[in-house]
Amino acid sequence: MSDQLEAQIAQWREFARRRRAVHDLDVEELEDHLRAQIDELTAVGLSPDESFLVAVKRMGGLDAVSHEFAQEHSDRLWRQLVLPGGPAGETGSGPDLGEFRAALLLALGAAAAAIALLAQVGDESFVRYLPVAVLPFLFAYLAWKRKLDRRLVTLSATAFVVGVAAIALYPFDQSGDLHTLDLAAIHLPIALWFAVGLAYVAGQWRDHGRRMDFVRFTGEAFIYYALIGFGGGALIAMTFGIFDGIGVDPESVLTNLVLPGGVAGAALVAAWLVEARQGVIEAMAPVLTRVFSPLFTILFVVFLVTVAVTGRGFDVDRDILILIDLLLVVVLGLVLYSVSSRDPNAEPGWFDWLQLALIVSALAIDLVGLTAIVGRISEFGFSPNKTAALGENLVLLVNLGVTAWLYLRFLRRRVQFDAVSRWQTSYLIVYPIWASFVVLAFPPLFSFQ
Amino acid sequence: MYDCFMHVGKDLVAASATPMVLAILAEGESYGYAIIKRVGELSGGEISWTDGMLYPLLHRLERLGYVESMWRSAAETGERRRKYYRLTADGSDALADQRSQWRMVSDTLDRIWTDVSCSQTFARRPSPIWSLGR
Repeated sequence: MSDQLEAQIAQWREFARRRRAVHDLDVEELEDHLRAQIDELTAVGLSPDESFLVAVKRMGGLDAVSHEFAQEHSDRLWRQLVLPGGPAGETGSGPDLGEFRAALLLALGAAAAAIALLAQVGDESFVRYLPVAVLPFLFAYLAWKRKLDRRLVTLSATAFVVGVAAIALYPFDQSGDLHTLDLAAIHLPIALWFAVGLAYVAGQWRDHGRRMDFVRFTGEAFIYYALIGFGGGALIAMTFGIFDGIGVDPESVLTNLVLPGGVAGAALVAAWLVEARQGVIEAMAPVLTRVFSPLFTILFVVFLVTVAVTGRGFDVDRDILILIDLLLVVVLGLVLYSVSSRDPNAEPGWFDWLQLALIVSALAIDLVGLTAIVGRISEFGFSPNKTAALGENLVLLVNLGVTAWLYLRFLRRRVQFDAVSRWQTSYLIVYPIWASFVVLAFPPLFSFQ
Repeated sequence: MYDCFMHVGKDLVAASATPMVLAILAEGESYGYAIIKRVGELSGGEISWTDGMLYPLLHRLERLGYVESMWRSAAETGERRRKYYRLTADGSDALADQRSQWRMVSDTLDRIWTDVSCSQTFARRPSPIWSLGR
């Protein structure tokens, strides 16, 4: 057959594949039909071009055909996750069985590490160190999957070792409140998450598209993890209930084995699910963004109006900075996931204005909070916690300030939307740098309080 | 649902598609394109489906358990990988059932039409009420 005909068939195949209700095997079946028809028509003297046109015409409009497929296979509109070993012959190729085994093995490894950690350090420190115990397994999974080269593995391994060594070897003042140790334990996973990111993007960290993929991966994995957490909670409650019912107390098994193992293993399962289901299920994070962006904007605007009308400011206590930081993190998340899913070529729309309103109102609240805080800091000096919270605030403030500015320019059609998403992906590097700074520099700066 | 050339109405084509496919598969296992060809042959080209619509129908028959499918490799077909369908025992029963139903309809119509000749029917046919005013 001629190359041109092959190209035409390939194009038709692509169009057919885009239909959700038509699976790859169905497309193969239809293509076989198309080719049989073309063969017959060329045999009676039509040119390949003409044969193709006639065959496609007889096949019928893809819209109508896929509509029929959808009627017959309505379940397919709910994109299914095909588990390996499942009926792959029916629904197209499922995820790789080898990958499933690797992920399962590493999940068991992470579970074992978490159980050992709990046995070693006890409840309180377990929470502190758990992320650091789990992340190497996550890194291993992605590095294995992406066939990360040795140089990058060494680089990331160094980051893990340095981070853990800092926490293990710094002479923290055990008689005090261990503020800097807690801060280091909170920030180390953030820094190491970006080492995981290095594995995720397979070393192509200069590529903005890959970075954005990592942002998406992060959001989806987080959502899966939360969902698995809900299910796990129900499972544990049920286990407790039925064993209690027969007079056997399952508590020590649950708290020493199932809970720590589950909390750690679930992270690997969540990552595997995100990897396995790519293109199978719609991304959730952008959907949640759509739901919550308007609600948060309303909250912020009403709050600001209330502040303006009543003249009240924040009661300055130690938690208010953290609260405001969390608020900015939420806003950043909303912005990030609406940016990650937005068609970069679409015209500015009402949702973009809403995003701008969201950011600006959040920044206004931040200013209300900061004016209250700064006075207090100048009065009582810098503590590690306050400095960290203030630093985070600055990191987020710069990001959101520039984002608001770029959004405004985009809405006034001065720049392409790409500028907004590039700013976000460029800024990603700031988070691990700041987190590393808190892990490595804060303890000595604050004399290991 | 099914396109066709002028002679057989849409609804009738849709209704007759299932027994036709089952009947063709009763002749032996086959695949989509061959089934369409066979329909064309048997009807003298009067019945022609929109080809793509056959496949959702085959899949429905498979779900109902009337047919089963298998992929045959390029080595077996001599051309390329191809999905074949075969009638099951349930399918044979369904076909027998359909057959008696169609027979009954066809016999009834025959009996009506042997009483009144076609030309008369056309001559005396009143305008259907729904076409008034068009």
